[in-house]
Amino acid sequence: MALQETAVTRRLQNVKHIILVLSGKGGVGKSSVSSQLALNLYTSSPTARVGILDVDLTGPSIPRMFGVDDKGVHQSSNGWVPVYADGSSARLAIMSVGLLLKNKGDSVVWRGPKKNGMIRQFLSDVRWGELDYLVIDTPTGTSDEHLSLMEHLAGVHSRLSAIIVTTPQAVALMDAMKCLSFTRAVNLPVLGLIENMSGYVCPCCGEISNVFSTGGGAEMARREELRFLGTLPVDTELVSVLDGGHDGSGDGTFGMLDRYSKTRSAKLFKDIVLKVC
Amino acid sequence: MVVVQSPMAIPDPKSIPSNAPEHCPGTESELAGKSDACAGCDNQEICASGATKLPDPSLPFLKQRMSGVKRKILILSGKGGVGKSTFTAQLGWAFAADEDTQTGIMDVDICGPSIPTILGIASEQVHSSSSGWSPVYVQDNMAVMSVGFMLPTSKDAIMWRGPKKNGLISQFLKDVDWGDLDYLLVDTPPGTSDEHLSIVQYLKESGIDGAVLITTPQEVALQDVRREIDFCRKVGIRILGLVENMSGFVCPGCKTESQIFKPSTGGAKRLAEETGIELLGAVPLDPRIGKSADYGVSFLDEYPDSPATTAYLDIIDSRYPSPSTIN
Repeated sequence: MALQETAVTRRLQNVKHIILVLSGKGGVGKSSVSSQLALNLYTSSPTARVGILDVDLTGPSIPRMFGVDDKGVHQSSNGWVPVYADGSSARLAIMSVGLLLKNKGDSVVWRGPKKNGMIRQFLSDVRWGELDYLVIDTPTGTSDEHLSLMEHLAGVHSRLSAIIVTTPQAVALMDAMKCLSFTRAVNLPVLGLIENMSGYVCPCCGEISNVFSTGGGAEMARREELRFLGTLPVDTELVSVLDGGHDGSGDGTFGMLDRYSKTRSAKLFKDIVLKVC
Repeated sequence: MVVVQSPMAIPDPKSIPSNAPEHCPGTESELAGKSDACAGCDNQEICASGATKLPDPSLPFLKQRMSGVKRKILILSGKGGVGKSTFTAQLGWAFAADEDTQTGIMDVDICGPSIPTILGIASEQVHSSSSGWSPVYVQDNMAVMSVGFMLPTSKDAIMWRGPKKNGLISQFLKDVDWGDLDYLLVDTPPGTSDEHLSIVQYLKESGIDGAVLITTPQEVALQDVRREIDFCRKVGIRILGLVENMSGFVCPGCKTESQIFKPSTGGAKRLAEETGIELLGAVPLDPRIGKSADYGVSFLDEYPDSPATTAYLDIIDSRYPSPSTIN
């Protein structure tokens, strides 16, 4: 065990901050928040180096969101080479089970111990190099993946922090509370709470509908004395950017970032990132 | 003479003794009893003897308990937050509207149980009797079991690895006094992992009638559903059909329909065509669905004139003949 820990700590010794994106509930936008967080950290400085690790092993969404779902991970003498979303600049590294699958429709049917092994390899065998931020996108719940992460990252605990994502409805807030209890149980500092999918602006008449209610996140943050990082409305442009897949340019430019910067969410997220850094 | 049996203790999930070491490879694993982590574990001898790899001794009990259940339907989806629990609840309510139909709902989402809230019974508790744990009844023909009923407060997180989750799922099937049921609906968490493998394994002998797959229109969700289809085919579960949730949104202001989650790759319709799976229907996004779930009331009963209600009922009617026609 001591040996495994050094493998992870050695590999992550040049990673300055590790941010876990958590939420008890599924489909509240963990992956989209992780992607946006990574993109905004990436643009925060012309030299910022960011990594995204997708530990949602049975439902990886990150590759699709960055339009790299047709790419693969390479093996090198110095470990696995992550996929770089920004091509030759190589400042935005992505690692996900989705990049290891031959066929994107293949299911990964794994019980806990195998998931645990994969997560350990993601942390100890991937050539992350120097990173300012490593954003870790997690699956739903508080189970194997989360416990494994905390266990393997124990050696770098001082650099860990978490962001909790929720949607405004009661059902999601309840799961977010469970998630908060988890962070307290494992002594993980929480940077703050983001309320996602808060309101939807009708593209036709501009009326705001609270598709999944509103305000619940701010209320929870106040009650639990968490920093409230902000609300993000449902943004169809963002859905299109993250769902669009490969932009077909193929010339090594980062087209997805350009399209993202034009969305309304990008502006809102900038403020969130200022609070986080 | 009445034989009095001592009631089975209801476990307190927060205090279930975990005498397994942290790195337990799992009792069914090849390494059971032989891995480094097993050294010093109380169960090492049992695991190493191979006894744990034999068929689960609880299977006969489980089969007996399930023999009174006519139809077992899984509600699956690779993706989270697409409306599995909401659909399960609506389906349950629709079945239970016929007072001769006995319906059971089992929530195997151990880390994020939503069923108790959606059904408006979050403050209930499970009681034990000589015949097992009594499920919570929403109405006299609708029984519900969820780990949510066993937690002291809704804030408590269950931080369990796979084997403990599997143990509880097995108990839900074997120790709960379900009685005779026409339908048992199983609401699952997202993904294709422990919970899914376990439920399939435990119900193999009793037979699963099929699975309903829930998705939303965008490609990110469809990708996960493709994986779930692959899973169903691997383990041999019949897929009853596909339901597309959150399909279009009608603005309450101007009544124009817009697509929040754009079907950039053709949505569930294309997926259904590609895979040869029947598309049961598409349910539009209605903010009142989420609100009904938060308040624990039946959306179908509260808003019978919503287009979403019509969509739900069409799906349910087309797929599930009433039990009177079954008999």
